[in-house]
Amino acid sequence: MNIQFRESLEAASSLTAKNATKTAIADCDIHPARASRTELYPYLAKRWQHHLEVYGVHAYQGMMDGPPYPKAQPNASRRDAYPPEGGPQGSSLSFMQKQLLDPNNVQLGVLNPLNSGQGIRNHELSAALCSAINDWQIDKWTSKDKRLKGSIVVGNEDGLSAAAEIRERAGDKNFVQVLLLSRNVEPLGQRRYWPIYQAAEEAGLPVGVHAFGFGGNPITPSGWPSYYVEEMVGHSQCQQSALASLALEGVFERFPKLKMVMIEAGFGWAPSLAWRLDNVWQRLRSEVPHVKRPPSEYIREQVWWTTQPMEDPERREDLFDVINWIGWDRLLFATDYPHWDYDEPSRVLPAGVSEDNREAFYLGNAKKLYGIS
Amino acid sequence: MARHVIAPVDELPPGTRKFLEIDGRPIAVFNIKGEYFGLMNRCPHQGAALCEGPLIGLAQSSDPGEIEYTKLGEIIRCPWHGWEFDIRTGQSYCDPRRFRVKAYPAHVEPGTSVVKGPYVAETVTVKVESDYVVVEL
Ligand code: FES
Repeated sequence: MNIQFRESLEAASSLTAKNATKTAIADCDIHPARASRTELYPYLAKRWQHHLEVYGVHAYQGMMDGPPYPKAQPNASRRDAYPPEGGPQGSSLSFMQKQLLDPNNVQLGVLNPLNSGQGIRNHELSAALCSAINDWQIDKWTSKDKRLKGSIVVGNEDGLSAAAEIRERAGDKNFVQVLLLSRNVEPLGQRRYWPIYQAAEEAGLPVGVHAFGFGGNPITPSGWPSYYVEEMVGHSQCQQSALASLALEGVFERFPKLKMVMIEAGFGWAPSLAWRLDNVWQRLRSEVPHVKRPPSEYIREQVWWTTQPMEDPERREDLFDVINWIGWDRLLFATDYPHWDYDEPSRVLPAGVSEDNREAFYLGNAKKLYGIS
Repeated sequence: MARHVIAPVDELPPGTRKFLEIDGRPIAVFNIKGEYFGLMNRCPHQGAALCEGPLIGLAQSSDPGEIEYTKLGEIIRCPWHGWEFDIRTGQSYCDPRRFRVKAYPAHVEPGTSVVKGPYVAETVTVKVESDYVVVEL
């Protein structure tokens, strides 16, 4: 097989520019990457640099650095997103500006770094890596382009150190949310994670839950699947159990000002999960008396959803039914740049949406949630 | 229909492709085993530069466990969402919507049947004239 790549990316970006929507948008799921393995070292104490060289990282789950690549596309990313100066997709600010931010008129871009040090068994190393990633986000991205805002990544399995990291960053305008992943050692509603919610609520920061993670559990409740296709749909199942746990453990009740953002796992399943939760809660309420209201009420009040990968049913009425249940004020547009299942802003929302709802979908909801004027 | 000379034949050996812009339209021309094909370099799905994807074959299966891989180097896979298009016809393969709505007739089909998708990439005419590859547009 002879695969050739075009040498110049000029035509690709001019194409993107032509397709671009001119309306200002927010992109609530952008993945910045490190250009090299050691790019974080300047933000890590010598002690941890040495530790990494000598011991590496031990995660709860194998293949911490990402499953065998390529996955669907090289680095699970768009083939046209390699920066001209080299390095993996998503590792160059100037190329991200040229390919994503400028042509799409992105007014707010929320960074969600993956492989950030979460899910590492050595909690001190995990905390150090997360803190380094946060410094790196400021240095390499948010201080250089005011449109970009970071997500505070935290050593999620150690609630106390995670809360300390959030408190340290609270009030720093470089960050607009706290980032967790959906696959953890335990379901996200459990007590060990509560200090995170408490600190986030105090800081007035939403908590994003992005698909993926390194908790060590299989992605499906019935075990490890054979195919990547199954993994892709497994993310929504995984988010469903995370959300059920948050509702039933009483996290929403205990932290009524907490805002959660479900990132990159779809939203079409939200109504049916909520209906099912309400149904069993009515019958089994006495088991969880701390859940004072039907779970669906907490979900509709305290949960937001990013759009990518945008739900794409055959009949657009089906899509509108789901969104009407969730609320047009709850969706946050996202591209997932530079990943391969990227959603093109001008192509995801079917016709037939009112101007107000379009504006909310593409920009307004995000600005409001993340407090951007 | 205007004819555009785009390359001497030996500049486009089998297995290679050339990208160009004709009248502001992005085009890619492929040499597949000595035959030339042209495609609009824009994916009909969400608009990616389609022809930057890899050339692959067509995987088909008559039964789980039976895999046939044909048309080697004749299928282009979109660099974004991976939709597959036949270089010769521009036809896309495997749209899940079709799976959902299609009524399968109750008889045994040969293992080569693959569901065609609704999207068709725009093809352009390419030929060789006195050792130059020419695109008609
Ligand atoms: S843009 Fe080509 S498959 Fe989506």
